[in-house]
Amino acid sequence: MKNIISFLVVVFISNAAISQALEVCSDCEISTLKEAIRQAKDFDTIIVKKGTYKEYDVIINKPLTIIGEDYPVIDGEFKGEIITVISDNVTLDGLFIKNVGTSYTEDYAAVRVRESKNFVIQNLVLEKLFFGIYIEKSRDGKVFHNKIIGDAVEEYNSGNGIQLWYSKNIQIEHNFIQHVRDGIYLEFSDGCTIKNNVSALNVRYGLHFMFSNDDIYEDNTFENNGAGVAVMFSKRIKMYNNIFKENWGTASYGLLLKEINDAEIVGNTFADNTIGINVEGTNRINYKHNTFKNNGWAIKVKGACYKNIFTENNFLYNSFDIAYNSKVNDNEFNRNYWSNYTGYDLDKDGVGDVPYRPVKLFSYIVNRTPETIILLRSMFIDIIDFSEKVSPIFTPDNLLDDHPQIKKILW
Amino acid sequence: MRSRWSYVYFAFYLLLGVVLLFLNNDLSKAVITLMNVIIVLVPLIGTIFGVMYYYNSKEFTELLLAQPLKRSSIFLGQYLGVALSLSMSLILGLGLPFVFYGLFESSAIWDFSLLLITGTFLTLIFTALAFNIALSNENKIKGFGYAILLWLFLAIIYDGLFLMTLVMFDDYPLDKLSLIGTMLNPIDLSRTLILLKLDISALLGYTGAVFKQFFGTNFGLIVSFIMLTIWIILPVLRILFKAKKKDF
Repeated sequence: MKNIISFLVVVFISNAAISQALEVCSDCEISTLKEAIRQAKDFDTIIVKKGTYKEYDVIINKPLTIIGEDYPVIDGEFKGEIITVISDNVTLDGLFIKNVGTSYTEDYAAVRVRESKNFVIQNLVLEKLFFGIYIEKSRDGKVFHNKIIGDAVEEYNSGNGIQLWYSKNIQIEHNFIQHVRDGIYLEFSDGCTIKNNVSALNVRYGLHFMFSNDDIYEDNTFENNGAGVAVMFSKRIKMYNNIFKENWGTASYGLLLKEINDAEIVGNTFADNTIGINVEGTNRINYKHNTFKNNGWAIKVKGACYKNIFTENNFLYNSFDIAYNSKVNDNEFNRNYWSNYTGYDLDKDGVGDVPYRPVKLFSYIVNRTPETIILLRSMFIDIIDFSEKVSPIFTPDNLLDDHPQIKKILW
Repeated sequence: MRSRWSYVYFAFYLLLGVVLLFLNNDLSKAVITLMNVIIVLVPLIGTIFGVMYYYNSKEFTELLLAQPLKRSSIFLGQYLGVALSLSMSLILGLGLPFVFYGLFESSAIWDFSLLLITGTFLTLIFTALAFNIALSNENKIKGFGYAILLWLFLAIIYDGLFLMTLVMFDDYPLDKLSLIGTMLNPIDLSRTLILLKLDISALLGYTGAVFKQFFGTNFGLIVSFIMLTIWIILPVLRILFKAKKKDF
């Protein structure tokens, strides 16, 4: 027993000797974060007490753990960037950072991480910001449980919630992002995981990939953004179990795919979007177990899409299931459930005996003359759709689901 | 005569409601199917029934005219008798199965009430139009012919012509034209009203500012209801006017 106690004491003392804790509060010896960082040694912990600290351009140049107690406010007074991390192994926890400067020439961020490894940024609250968390040329970091509330109105003078630039292996989880330009933006960033985030009411995209490969995003919710998620010029992106909803407007999509190869889109829900998925120039993508419900267009295919496979998806009450703008089709639709299917199943094997044609003549007409949308669900339209179904002239004639399911698919 | 046919009509809607729910097991899908029924069948039945009723009760009407009654109250009474009993059959016939199915716990209740309201409007409008046709044509066969033609025109042919116009002039800004075109046809108008609830996501995809204002706000709903009311008032006024002038 005595041994254990003495051991613990030794451990405690040596520990304290190695990493000492500095306290920052308005009437302490150290009253600013900058001063604390200057005095701190490597691997120290800085505890910031409750209060308001008017600071900007705080540069963290040594491996430190900075913990806020009861969310101390760091107010940048719109003067510029607030915290810049340029060292490895930095942890930021529990700070309330607000009033980041806006500039048209520099991307000021509430927290910028530059060329560092193994950082942890968690439990931050960011408000009145330009860019939120900006991670550049860094790797192996974690961004957890942050709340980012911007006040963006226009695209040109607002920044992104979390931005990754030339970074690798970053985990972004449980963040809540609202009212910024892009909720989460990845450019040239590979191997990142984006999980359980909520990104809503953003001016442009909820989540945006540019030239980023081998990333995975799952269990996120994208609601009411300019467009839910835009994945552009990227390879091997995995998209699992996300919810895309209520992205309404003339150029609004749940998911925008542009020049994407070898992606997996599995288990997602697209509900009440003007366009569920807008696809342009994509190859070899697997769509499986997705639910498309009450969208204007479930999937809009704009051309140059080859070898995409749609299996076992549910298409429920969409105004249009699939829209094509060409007569050529190289994509495969198989074993999906279509709520608009009107065929029968005489042999009772759960598969409709008549193939289903998801592309309607009317969607072709609407593509050409958008105003005709007002005739949607008119009886005349039903008649011409029926005649097109019998003998396809304007729509791709090999585009059909040979095994439409009779019952909604459960998985 | 009137009561017997409204029972048949009631039974028809009751059956339709039950079958739809039984086959679909899903309220939102049943609402979509019902929309087609309401937009196509309700005007047809209203028209035929109105014309039929007028011709059948013509002798009785002439008898009534000999009594010291105001002409306007005789014809208005007849019109309202037919139109309201049809509306009641529609509302009860479709309403009951849905209520038993658990409509009040469902989110589809607003869509469904909107369906019934537009159905009632359409009944009122098309019965009034039918009375107009019957009043202007002594010949029964001709009267029926015109009535069917009217329905065919408003339900199908109008949309065809409308679509052709839109496609032909697609180099011009068309959003105003398309909205006005919809306003001029009560069937299209009711369809648009229901679309505002069912397909709003698709409708908001179009760029035109006029469209956006119409669909994006309650403006569209209000304007459509006003237009539907006008569509009732005008034919009814013509019934009264015609009835006053007509020699029997």
